[in-house]
Amino acid sequence: MTEHAAPSKLIKGATGDWEVVIGMEIHAQVTSRAKLFSGASAEFGGEPNDHVSIVDAAMPGMLPVINEECVAQAVRTGLGLEAKINLRSVFDRKNYFYPDLPQGYQISQYKHPIVGEGEVIVDVSPTERIKVGVERLHLEQDAGKSLHELSATESHVDLNRSGVALMEIVSKPDMRSAEEARAYVSKLRTILRYIGSCDGNMEQGSLRADVNVSVRRPGEPLGTRCEIKNVNSIRFIGQAIEVEARRQIAILEDGGVIAQETRLFDPGKGETRSLRSKEEAHDYRYFPDPDLLPLEFDQAYVDALARELPELPDAKRARFIEQYGLPPYDAGVLVMERASADYFEDMIKDGANPKAAANWLINEYFGRLNKEGLTINTGPISAQANSSIVQMITSNEISGKIAKDLIEIVWSQPGDPREIVEARGMKQVTDTGEIEAAVDAVISANPDKVAQALAKPTMLGWFVGQVMKTTGGKANPQTVNELLKKKLGI
Amino acid sequence: MSVDSAVVRRIAHLSRIAVEDEEVERLRGELNAILAFVEELDAVDVSGVEPLTSVLPMKMKKRADVVTDGGIADDILVNAPEREDHFFVVPKVVE
Amino acid sequence: MTEPTHLTLSQARDALKARTLSSTELTQAHIDAIDRAGALNCFITKTPELALDCAKESDARIARGAAGPLEGLPLGIKDLYCTKGVRTTAASRILDDFTPTYESTVSANLWRDGALMLGKLNLDEFAMGSSNETSAFGPVVSPWRRKGANGIDDAKIVPGGSSGGSSAAVAAHLCLGATATDTGGSIRQPAAFTGTVGVKPTYGRCSRWGVVAFASSLDQAGPITRTVRDAAIMLRSMAGHDPKDTTSVDAPVPDYEAAIGASVKGRRIGVPKEYRLEGLSPEIAALWDQGVAWLKDAGAEIVEISLPHTRHALPAYYIIAPAEASSNLARYDGVRYGLREKGRDITDMYEKTRAKGFGAEVRRRVMIGTYVLSAGYYDAYYVRAQKIRSLIKRDFDLAFAGGVDAVLTPATPSPAFALGEKGSSDPVEMYLNDVFTVTVNMAGLPGLALPAGLSGNGLPLALQLIGRPFEEETLFALAAALEQAAPKIKLPAAWWS
Ligand SMILES: [Mg+2]
Ligand SMILES: [Zn+2]
Repeated sequence: MTEHAAPSKLIKGATGDWEVVIGMEIHAQVTSRAKLFSGASAEFGGEPNDHVSIVDAAMPGMLPVINEECVAQAVRTGLGLEAKINLRSVFDRKNYFYPDLPQGYQISQYKHPIVGEGEVIVDVSPTERIKVGVERLHLEQDAGKSLHELSATESHVDLNRSGVALMEIVSKPDMRSAEEARAYVSKLRTILRYIGSCDGNMEQGSLRADVNVSVRRPGEPLGTRCEIKNVNSIRFIGQAIEVEARRQIAILEDGGVIAQETRLFDPGKGETRSLRSKEEAHDYRYFPDPDLLPLEFDQAYVDALARELPELPDAKRARFIEQYGLPPYDAGVLVMERASADYFEDMIKDGANPKAAANWLINEYFGRLNKEGLTINTGPISAQANSSIVQMITSNEISGKIAKDLIEIVWSQPGDPREIVEARGMKQVTDTGEIEAAVDAVISANPDKVAQALAKPTMLGWFVGQVMKTTGGKANPQTVNELLKKKLGI
Repeated sequence: MSVDSAVVRRIAHLSRIAVEDEEVERLRGELNAILAFVEELDAVDVSGVEPLTSVLPMKMKKRADVVTDGGIADDILVNAPEREDHFFVVPKVVE
Repeated sequence: MTEPTHLTLSQARDALKARTLSSTELTQAHIDAIDRAGALNCFITKTPELALDCAKESDARIARGAAGPLEGLPLGIKDLYCTKGVRTTAASRILDDFTPTYESTVSANLWRDGALMLGKLNLDEFAMGSSNETSAFGPVVSPWRRKGANGIDDAKIVPGGSSGGSSAAVAAHLCLGATATDTGGSIRQPAAFTGTVGVKPTYGRCSRWGVVAFASSLDQAGPITRTVRDAAIMLRSMAGHDPKDTTSVDAPVPDYEAAIGASVKGRRIGVPKEYRLEGLSPEIAALWDQGVAWLKDAGAEIVEISLPHTRHALPAYYIIAPAEASSNLARYDGVRYGLREKGRDITDMYEKTRAKGFGAEVRRRVMIGTYVLSAGYYDAYYVRAQKIRSLIKRDFDLAFAGGVDAVLTPATPSPAFALGEKGSSDPVEMYLNDVFTVTVNMAGLPGLALPAGLSGNGLPLALQLIGRPFEEETLFALAAALEQAAPKIKLPAAWWS
């Protein structure tokens, strides 16, 4: 891991280069049916106060009982982050008053979290990987929601989120650019989705980032940091870091000092602003929650969860490179989502050539899905159908161009691609005689172009196009090429 | 250790309990009386002693991940001092 | 025949079973007694109609032969227990007319076994007090009166606290038994002050679910009754594992009543020298000696033991209990239930609501608790107090490991006092009442207080038995032996009617 940013990542200020240092606290909602300490539903949405038990509403005399699945999810996630799993951890109360915090405290883990140090390998670009250290992961309760827009003088409180399990994942200040930060969140999201411990849905708030940003001259000690709260998309995380770093640099270059504070990113205005009103004298008075015994389990429990863990993205990527001979970039793209990787492997099981399948998915099918706002799971074409298409391309049964037409047909009226090709006569013409006739026809019809082509060999493309046109795109382009070269003498 | 009136006000605010100016002096006296009473603990040798977390020699039981509760918004709101359409209503919170 | 209200709980149970008395008659007699006892201020809420409805159902069940172990027996419920559909106040203005939609596990256990509720009993606000003077509904007056220089003094005597409504109501024959709670002595001290029997079970024996929390690591439910046997009967129904409280123990509940009358021969009783406090009143010291003699006569073996950290228990308690309380009481914020005072903004609303809703003692303890948890003080106060708690527990562990079956001590350092007599200038003066009881909560042990004599001014004095964790049966056996040996305490006649 590099201590300091590569020169290319430095930010140019008026008085020289600056390095930005970024750490992140990610709140990831645990995938579970019920809440962390109550039997109410953890499902997103719902009518106001419908997913609320008397425990969540902090009625007098209510007590928390921990949900075993939330514990398992935290352990699985810790394993996925290559982190130390603490066999004994403690729940603490974080005390503060807020209308969406019914107990007057959040049950969290302060001194003894369930997961300790770990690390995430982040692909910043096809050629750059960095390691980001994980400081800790702990379990805690989400708060409810205060709505401020329904009235000018009052706020409305809905406790549906109150008590839903969150994992707070705290990184070390190991990131040195907005790009690295974006890539880190994206990678973390991938890991969580693989494990199934968080759905990673940022729009619904299942994944929220608090971003700590500071700047310094290269080689200097860490500067004062500001925390940008609750940034809710990967794109905004990048933007927030850029504008916050520039804001801090401008202050420092003007001879000012950075005040340590909490800020909010306003994507509309493209700026961060101080949340000083909420800053007043925080003193959370953490102490161990006397309603809960320490959370304890043994190594056998951890080992059992480890055995059930799916193959994680880094391992899968390495295997794809090794087993299928994929370029690292292609392997990286395919493993971003577990569903895509599975889909790819289904195509191979069906007989597709791995490299061709990867090409086809990355260059054709993923783009097509993206355009329609679909995912690999919601897209209309099965892995078997895409595999058939790729196999026909590989065996020269259809051309790449025909394949593009074919996918459009299969997209809107699903069916066996082989049957469609057969029925519609879309097979590539590989019969040299037939192609030769077409080539001869084009040459004899365009004597002027033939002359031009002798002087300017790039004209060959024009001839290829003409032949393809007359054969309805079915001629094997390679054969067309070879014949044209021979006949034109270039 | 003893508290002065500024500390009394700070604790009162942290506790979200309004104190009138004329109460501060009396509260300061009472709190200091309690602090003086517990001061003897400073002399106890606690080196090497773990703070007690629970008197119970047992492991914490866990619940199964099953939805067993909720769908009782009327019950949740029945005692609310102010409510509207199944929301609790509070004075405007300024962010 | 004895007046129905003067039956013990076990006698009433047997009378109902023999059908020489109906639950309706028994319940009506108690309702009448309660109506005549307004001067004692034992009840915050009376539920006579509910009680009579339940009595009728109980009579039907008895007739069908489907009676539960407590079938048809009228009880009082400390108003710290949430009761479904019946206002629950914790004796605080801040809960206003809060009416739970749920029933506490312990009270539900009692109803499951056939008992019925006469009403909700007064207490110190949020169970914070030792004289029942901090209640927002006014103090409870003990049925006891003391002898002054010229005969009976007309000073009103405190019933102890925080379960003062429970102890006074049981002593005044307003109910056969009552639920109570004990955080630092709140069952045993009021029992001691009123000549009744109070049991604080082992931490974890009874569920805390649905009982308004004061200090979670110390709170425990238990009964107050007029006899040891009655306490054993009630506790058996109250106790048991509750999946809703993970600090409740998953272990079978013994038939405590079976321990009554069991031999105590050969039992080793520890007498801790550290409880012989400097300035301990001679009559309390004499009572203690008497208790030792009674147990010896019953065949028990007496050993002197040392519990060296005893004197630190009360100061440590006054850090831990307020710290937990400051957090437990944060939910009373005027948002979801209870009192709300108007404010300029949300913070102003919180501050005004809590200033008006909490009484002086609660405000004081919440503030002390906030202080000892606050940044810079946490280690010096809270962590240190929890370390001392470890030492207190270790003292008991060592004594029990040395073969001691139970410990005998006085229950309180003095008999009951008059209303307004203590703690008005210095809160600590009142706190000292719990000096003998608080160690038991700190170590999570079972403790039992029972009447053993009268003071020079005619007020009850009590002994305390402390047991090994979850060995309440031993306490019941020893307490029954002491009850047998001690002179009968005659509860006061109804001067208040
Ligand atoms: Mg945080
Ligand atoms: Zn958090």
